[in-house]
Amino acid sequence: MSELLQFLFSGLTVGAVYALVALGFTIIYNASDVVNFAQGEFVMLGGMLTVSAYAAGLPLPLAALIAIVVTAGIGVALNKLAIEPARGAPVVSLIIITIGASIFLRGAAQVLFGKQIHRFPSFSGDTPLRIGGATILPQSLWVMAGGIAVFIALYLFFTRTLTGKAVLATSNNRLAAQLVGINTNWVMTLSFALSAAIGALAGVLITPITNTSYDVGIALALKGFAAAMLGGMGNPKGALVGGILLGIIEALTAGYLSSQYKDAAAFVIILLVLFFLPQGLFGARHTERV
Amino acid sequence: MSALLSVEGLGITFGGLRAVHDVGFKVQPGEILSVIGPNGAGKTTLFNMISGIYRPGTGRIVLDGEDVTAMRPDLLARRGMSRTFQNLQIFQNMTVLENAIAGYHLTESGSLLADLFSLPASRGRARAAKDGAMELLARVGLERAAETEAGNLSYGKLKRLEIARALALKPKLLLLDEPAAGCNAVETEEIDRMIAEVARSGVAILLVEHDMKMVMRISNHIVVLDHGEKIAEGDPATVSRNPDVIAAYLGTETEALHA
Repeated sequence: MSELLQFLFSGLTVGAVYALVALGFTIIYNASDVVNFAQGEFVMLGGMLTVSAYAAGLPLPLAALIAIVVTAGIGVALNKLAIEPARGAPVVSLIIITIGASIFLRGAAQVLFGKQIHRFPSFSGDTPLRIGGATILPQSLWVMAGGIAVFIALYLFFTRTLTGKAVLATSNNRLAAQLVGINTNWVMTLSFALSAAIGALAGVLITPITNTSYDVGIALALKGFAAAMLGGMGNPKGALVGGILLGIIEALTAGYLSSQYKDAAAFVIILLVLFFLPQGLFGARHTERV
Repeated sequence: MSALLSVEGLGITFGGLRAVHDVGFKVQPGEILSVIGPNGAGKTTLFNMISGIYRPGTGRIVLDGEDVTAMRPDLLARRGMSRTFQNLQIFQNMTVLENAIAGYHLTESGSLLADLFSLPASRGRARAAKDGAMELLARVGLERAAETEAGNLSYGKLKRLEIARALALKPKLLLLDEPAAGCNAVETEEIDRMIAEVARSGVAILLVEHDMKMVMRISNHIVVLDHGEKIAEGDPATVSRNPDVIAAYLGTETEALHA
């Protein structure tokens, strides 16, 4: 029993990170129908920039804040320099551009930060908490709290605010959105900034547990993508549930089968979802997209 | 009196094709001006330049004293120009009511925080937008379809929904691209009545329409395009008697005109 609980704790922790990555996918997807495969690099940058700023002598919270803001800036630059000039191109081309951007960011990070593994200390120490015979790191609680906080903020943003609705309207019909006075370029810029910031936050929260290096982004992007597909692309609730489910499935696979099959879980899920549930658990009813 | 919209020497070429060449006219508040011409005469291209979709190669567009040539559609919307499309631009996955409310967001100016925490001020604004949108839907006869997903509406109803959304922006100038296309006689008459009513409230209307009876019935002024050039303009009676116009376009429809 305590074993199962232990697996659940670690599943929830990783799941919260996947959920954060999936939430980042959600925003850009909602604004543009583009799946941004550089989302994992935003997570990597969040961790790496925090490492650098912390090493330069800044206090950890300030270093984290700077990392998040700078990553948001990089997200905006990605939109302005790579996505916006290709406006009017089919969505598939834009997705390929994001894959290119991801390779570029990874390469740049390798040159700037080197190939070694980096870390910075946990926010609240490393003494594990005992709950029902299992243990959990205080940092795990930070990760889960971060995932839930971002989810609630985004949920309110999309359902309550005019700006959030402008993002949804832009995705639904860009021209119609312009006709009702929405500045769609600004909506895109905002979505990239928000997605990048959320990705960076995930990087800041998880690095004390998993450490970071220039190439952690790919795996995270794929896992986050699987989570978003499982939950239903474009739906914040789906991203949260999909992320946590994926995390738990992974942890159980690693615990009860073999840790070698841990990564396979995500890909098996992608395949199953694509075959049997293409809309995901909470996906929007796409009646027809012409 | 200075015109609400003044178009001067407007032209555009696509590759080597001169789609529109040196077209100019003025529209006064409350006036209904129709642009007619055979298929491919450049009517929709002209609309697309005026509404900021295409950047004109030559010429100037002045709205209410301000040069708005090649301005982005969202900025034009904020300056009181709104339009509908021949092939409809609707938010398919939203309900009819939500589509109409989307038109209201320009006049709603809530703060992000007030919206997030659903403060009374924000709720009041949302209610006002909803009430206004419902009123507009009633005006175009769609109040009973308010909660229907827009993608499920018939073509004729979508046309009216698009007009309702355009009106929600409280425009000074309304561009209608073939509002009666694909509508039956009864629907056409309803749209007719709606347009006349909007014009009476002081909104200038620029209309592209193929239904000649409708054009002749409601227009104050008609501009005729052929091969991208203006070949005639004037009131309906003058234009329908113009031999160039008859030759270019009305030929087979003269009967309809005098019916």
